Amino acid sequence: MSATLEKGLHALREVIDAPIASYFSSCVHCGLCADACLFHTETGDPRYTPIYKLEPLRRVYEQEYTVLGRVKKLVGLAKPVDDAMLDAWQELVYDSCTMCGRCSLVCPVGNDIVYMVRKLREGMAASGHTPDGIRSATRRTVEIGGPMGLKWPAVANVLRKAEEATGLKIPVDQPGADYLVLLSSMEIVNYPEYIEALAKIFHKAGLTFTVSSDAFEATNAGIQIGVSDLARTIVTRIVEAAERLQVKHVLSPECGHAYMAIRWEGPNLIGRPFRFEVVHVLELLDELRRKGVLKMKDTFKDPLILHDPCQIVRRGGVLDAPEQLIRQVADNYIPVVDQQKWNWCCGGGGGASAIHTEEAEALRAKAFQVKKRQIESAGVDTMVTFCANCRIVIEEAFDHYQMDTKLLGLTELLAEHLED
Amino acid sequence: MQGPLIDTLVRQGVSRRTFLKYCATLASMMALPPTAGRAMAEALAAARRPSVIWLPFQECTGCTESMTRSHSPTLEGMIFDMVSLDYHETLMAAAGHQAEDALHAAMKDNAGKYLLIVDGSVPLGIDGAYSCIAGRTNVDLLKEAAAGAAAIVAMGSCAAFGGIPKAKPNPTGAVAISDIVKDKPIVNVPGCPPIPVVMTGVLAHYLTFGRLPDLDDKLRPTAFYGETIHDRCYRRPFYDQGKFARTFDDEGARRGWCLFELGCKGPVTHNACATTKWNGGTSWPVESGHGCLGCSEPDFWDAGGFYKALSMPADPLKMGTAAAAVGAVAGVAVSVANRAKKHRAQASHETTTLADLEK
Amino acid sequence: MDDLQLLTWARGPGLDLALGIFVLGVVWRLIEVYALGRKRDLAPARHRTGASGLHTVLRRSMPPPGMLKTSPVSYIGGFVFHIGLAIIVLLFAPHILLIKSLTGLSWPGLPSQFIDMVAVLTMIAMLVILVDRINKPVKRFLSTFGDWFAWVVTFLPVLTGWMAVQHLLLPYTLMLALHILSVELLLVVLPFTKLFHAITLFGSRWYSGKINAHKGVPV
Repeated sequence: MSATLEKGLHALREVIDAPIASYFSSCVHCGLCADACLFHTETGDPRYTPIYKLEPLRRVYEQEYTVLGRVKKLVGLAKPVDDAMLDAWQELVYDSCTMCGRCSLVCPVGNDIVYMVRKLREGMAASGHTPDGIRSATRRTVEIGGPMGLKWPAVANVLRKAEEATGLKIPVDQPGADYLVLLSSMEIVNYPEYIEALAKIFHKAGLTFTVSSDAFEATNAGIQIGVSDLARTIVTRIVEAAERLQVKHVLSPECGHAYMAIRWEGPNLIGRPFRFEVVHVLELLDELRRKGVLKMKDTFKDPLILHDPCQIVRRGGVLDAPEQLIRQVADNYIPVVDQQKWNWCCGGGGGASAIHTEEAEALRAKAFQVKKRQIESAGVDTMVTFCANCRIVIEEAFDHYQMDTKLLGLTELLAEHLED
Repeated sequence: MQGPLIDTLVRQGVSRRTFLKYCATLASMMALPPTAGRAMAEALAAARRPSVIWLPFQECTGCTESMTRSHSPTLEGMIFDMVSLDYHETLMAAAGHQAEDALHAAMKDNAGKYLLIVDGSVPLGIDGAYSCIAGRTNVDLLKEAAAGAAAIVAMGSCAAFGGIPKAKPNPTGAVAISDIVKDKPIVNVPGCPPIPVVMTGVLAHYLTFGRLPDLDDKLRPTAFYGETIHDRCYRRPFYDQGKFARTFDDEGARRGWCLFELGCKGPVTHNACATTKWNGGTSWPVESGHGCLGCSEPDFWDAGGFYKALSMPADPLKMGTAAAAVGAVAGVAVSVANRAKKHRAQASHETTTLADLEK
Repeated sequence: MDDLQLLTWARGPGLDLALGIFVLGVVWRLIEVYALGRKRDLAPARHRTGASGLHTVLRRSMPPPGMLKTSPVSYIGGFVFHIGLAIIVLLFAPHILLIKSLTGLSWPGLPSQFIDMVAVLTMIAMLVILVDRINKPVKRFLSTFGDWFAWVVTFLPVLTGWMAVQHLLLPYTLMLALHILSVELLLVVLPFTKLFHAITLFGSRWYSGKINAHKGVPV
């Protein structure tokens, strides 16, 4: 078994639907989507125009599902999609697209471009045109359990440390809990403070929660690489654990695409609705805030701005909670011009941060200039976000540009100032 | 009656001054230089009556009526009288063999010099049998008469373009004079009927200068047919303001607004009605409240209906329902094929495993 | 064939044929596009006011925040020429008459001098947009034969219509015939080129709005 062009085309034939047909029929090549894409605005390269990244999908649609396209193909007027083309497009579909979905917001004819990128990746993956980095992350997630190859003993170790630091119990595999808490590898390895913060907040709110030893990982490289079969395998672990433990809610962590995978793609991947509710941690926190449970003992004084992770806010629908929560804890919150659903991506979402070629890293650094400008024009030294992947990408960029801006996770910031 | 034209005119009580004024008017109407009026007067006054043979074919006599009846005391009528009309079935007293003899005598006596005026179209169906005079077909007569003519005037829309006899489905196979005669100068004076002054203008020009006036690509004298009715219409300002009569008795009609929406063909009709008017300058169709029919244009009878505005399709959505049905059938057929293809693709889906990601 | 015969053909059989192909093409293409269907979204929906297919259909007619400043030519030029086309097509008296004959519906028109001005503005806007397509790297890069072709078939009816009314270059009869023929060309190619966006953009906006509204995002 191996990836072939025919498998890729087959996959595209499967995913093309009426919205895609309508979108391609509507595109007038106005190029406005380019102005919404950070890879274009920061490089000026017209190849990074979002709709252009979809050319292979457009060709397959036209040549397979329209009469005129089929005629054009018959008489040799239409160029077929071949391996060379897909190879050339790999950089456009993965390296220079984070599936942030900002382009989908500006298209005057209403084309949901990112919706199509997600579908095109199915064909790219099945035909073997995926970056090594994302492929390895997918392999580790499927074979070992997480994109970083993290196994349960290591996680258990981190949880134990969190218990020691907070003095609170972190229940494992406990049936009937209110919340099944999912984590992302990046949090476990790089930001264990998140786990401590959660333990404190659950305790304060009087809610029960548990961590599952065989479904602790929330991230889903399957939806990033674009293979629904693998994404299903990964998401099924969580569904099975949650339904076995009979939890009421599954709590998605501060990780963008994890939320997309479990909240929005999950039921569609397994083909039925869940028997539990998926809640993003910020939704829970905002609810606690409204109930008055989330009382602060003091506030954060330095001026700060918020970076809204694309998959949680623009593409996930958690629109208002972040700002409400940051206003709860920060005295000097400065809203940026392009905020909430209009925010600019960190440049490393959609699996891009897993691509470690020199070109991809240079491109990411260049694309980050848009965030750099946001930080500089706000004149702040602190930025708060709520996505572990955004944090890694932004920290790397800070390093690259030698910026001494502080980057904080929203949940931790809240936990730090929480009334004891 | 022989002798110079001016003598005849004087005998009929037309003063020299009146005649000069008429020639000046005629010259200006034909856009000739001012000096041409005097030249025309002198030439006309001295001219001897040319021999004219008038052949009627498939026609309604409307052209003759228009020329002869309406203006008995006018100069047009008189000049018309002044030509030596050697053959005109309707007007001549002679009949039968006598008439035929007159025709042949005129053709023989004035061979190569006479002016041939034709009204009516020429039928070519069943060897021309639809219209015969003295047992001979129109096309036969035309060819014979044309051979000795100095020039031919195709009088009225039938002779000029085929006219109503040629209207669909053209049962007689009617054609215009210019479709048959190719080797003689031809002047088309279209109109149903044509304006009398156009006729006399052409005659006067011919007599004065010895040649036919400037013609356009449809062989019409540019002096009279150079502009459209719409260009010269006194209701034109209303068109420009977007003020249109919508029925024949609405407020707009009473106020004299533009008749475009009532089907006026003025914008595409080349004729002089708007400037010369009819019945001695009394009025003309648009002034009387009816749109122009476009009667001096080729095939005006089949130009999509007299009462439909030019911007309107002749038969809207004739094929609409059929087209929608065919489109729906095509669309459904394509969709059935598309959906089958998609279902086939989904049914033959092979689960992608990690191994499948490697090339 | 002389001018009037050409005009007679154009507004008679020609228009019938063009409208026929237009209707056929639109119906066919609409079914071809929308009968592909889409899967039901099984994730529980999040409701939010302002997020729906209809909202997006309306909202996308206005430039999103900041975009007007980034691409003023595309937006202002686009607005002028689309609105201009709408005014010319819908509010010029002879056009209203045509619509009336097709549908029975009628409304008052605007003075022809005003329509004249709108036509000139529309053509200027279209020329500016054409220059922008040639000058702007992204637009030039994206442009295919279809883009230039679509521009020409949209521009021709405006140009010929305006020239017919102004009596420019050719006799009115011939110009009017060319005007109607150019409109017929536009009608015939519309369902099969990017001009079809005039119809599918409503579907695209609706889908986009609907798909994102399911997640509670007003797009």
